[in-house]
Amino acid sequence: MRVKPKKTRIEKHHLEDFVGRAYMSFCVLLLIVIIVSMVYFVASKGISTFTSGDVKISEFLFGTKWSPEGDTPSYGAFPFIAGSFLVTLIAALIASPLSICAALFMTEIVPGWGKKLLQPVIELLSGIPSVVYGFVGLSVIVPFLRNTFPGQGIGVAAGALVLSVMILPTITSVAADALASLPQNLKESSFALGATRWQTIARVILPTTFPAIMTGVVLGMARAFGEALAVQMVIGNAPFVPKSLFESASTLTSVITLSMGNTTMGSPQNNALWSMALVLMLMTFIFVLLVRMLERRNKI
Amino acid sequence: MQFRKTWVMALALTSVVALSACGNNNGGNNAATNNGGTNAAATNAPTETSSGADLSGSILASGSTALQPLVEQVAEKFMETNKGVDIQVQGGGSGTGLTQVAEKQVDIGNSDVFAEEKLKDADAEKAKALVDHQVAVVAIAAVSHPDAGVDSLTKQQLVDIFTGKVTNWKEVGGKDQKIQIINRPSSSGTRATFEGFALGTKTEDLQGSIQEDSSGTVKKMIGETPGAIGYLALSYLDDSVKTLNYDGVEPSVDNVVSGKYPVWAYEHMYTNGEPNETVKAFLDYIMTPEVQTGDVVELGYIPASQMQVSRDVAGTVTKK
Repeated sequence: MRVKPKKTRIEKHHLEDFVGRAYMSFCVLLLIVIIVSMVYFVASKGISTFTSGDVKISEFLFGTKWSPEGDTPSYGAFPFIAGSFLVTLIAALIASPLSICAALFMTEIVPGWGKKLLQPVIELLSGIPSVVYGFVGLSVIVPFLRNTFPGQGIGVAAGALVLSVMILPTITSVAADALASLPQNLKESSFALGATRWQTIARVILPTTFPAIMTGVVLGMARAFGEALAVQMVIGNAPFVPKSLFESASTLTSVITLSMGNTTMGSPQNNALWSMALVLMLMTFIFVLLVRMLERRNKI
Repeated sequence: MQFRKTWVMALALTSVVALSACGNNNGGNNAATNNGGTNAAATNAPTETSSGADLSGSILASGSTALQPLVEQVAEKFMETNKGVDIQVQGGGSGTGLTQVAEKQVDIGNSDVFAEEKLKDADAEKAKALVDHQVAVVAIAAVSHPDAGVDSLTKQQLVDIFTGKVTNWKEVGGKDQKIQIINRPSSSGTRATFEGFALGTKTEDLQGSIQEDSSGTVKKMIGETPGAIGYLALSYLDDSVKTLNYDGVEPSVDNVVSGKYPVWAYEHMYTNGEPNETVKAFLDYIMTPEVQTGDVVELGYIPASQMQVSRDVAGTVTKK
């Protein structure tokens, strides 16, 4: 009598175990298949530009003339690569100090109501769709730049400004997490030595959390590098390396979104767009690699 | 109930079929005859119920975002009268539409340009299999910022501006102000139309020019940027931008229809080979006077059936 229910209980237990394990394995396997096939698809499409003999890699990466519809088509993507790096770096330069200050405010200066006030606002910022950022950029930032600086307002500066607001939440939340997880005794010892709050922040807290904060900055840059719509609306999209910050330029993403729908699959121009997607993907890999390296350094 | 429903449907269907029998892609200027046909079909409908002309199936259309609103609106109407038909309309751009219809992924590929212009070289064979249905005409006008001080530009002046030879409005009779070009991306169908029929030549992108793909953004930018010039479909024109005459001809619907104003292009709906019964019924429905003088005009296109001139792939214009 006692043995039977025990047996069934064990069987049920085993069954649940098996189902759970099978489901999880399936999910993991599916995830791996999706990632591998995505990488394979983009890579094979992107490489076909070079294998088909239409374009040389060096011409694609360093050529400055983009004129796929011309009588003698040329596929130089350098202006777009330069544009992507330019807006990303400027955006990170603008956003990082602001984000780090916001994070310090939330964790060190006024941890109570400061966090309660800033956290929802920052979460809100990350939830706004990028088309809204683009439209605000077009309606507010571009006219402002046009009236204040030479040029038409449209250009690298407008793109970088829009992006800097978009990556604020990423950098702030990662930096705030890093600051909050700092061991309490570090600060206490600093105070015990007679250091003021600002000395503690500048000499102890920021240097210790630097790698973690840099992780946030790199993640923010990765987001900026891949953002398409908002930048496309305000940057102007002329296929040239800009001569000033207030001149029209293009990014890899803006060219892809502008032209992908208008070109037919398999045409050299379409393939060149896939090559740009491949460059974007490789850059993302590099960003991920950077974050990994920073995390390793981050272990105290 | 069941019987009455099928009866009503059959009536609606036969009227559509009857209409489509009268109208074809190029003709359809005999609206009166068509209406007569509808009435006749309606009275005859009960006797034809047994013939089983019940339309069913699904239609997938993709491509041109310029044509998308029209196809969507007409599809809604068509599905109301043909309950068995399901039509899905996707955007994606002319290139996407042509690719997908050539690879038989969709039933209809919407395009702003002739398939032969996009499917070139290795893909030229694919273009041959496609059947063209020209459902509407879109005319494009050069527009400027309201304060540029110019009413009309000649073809040569436009070429000079868009190739960068002329960079100040005063050189074409306007005020002393730098010209800012708001262009479309080089792959855009609207740009191809403007370059092909207004400029007569392809242009290179200029350093500092601005490129946007959505008509709404282009209009906003031209209206707000001092010294801006660009081009827009007639349906987008309003007081926020200045519409420029081309060689003295006003870009109006009448001038396009009569062939006086040359900057226009067909909106194409391509099928791969001859369409099946359901797709054909839908395409024929778009060419009916009801849609051509109704939805087409309402959404700012020009009815293809009213055009007094026609144009082929090579750009040769002939009087009908």
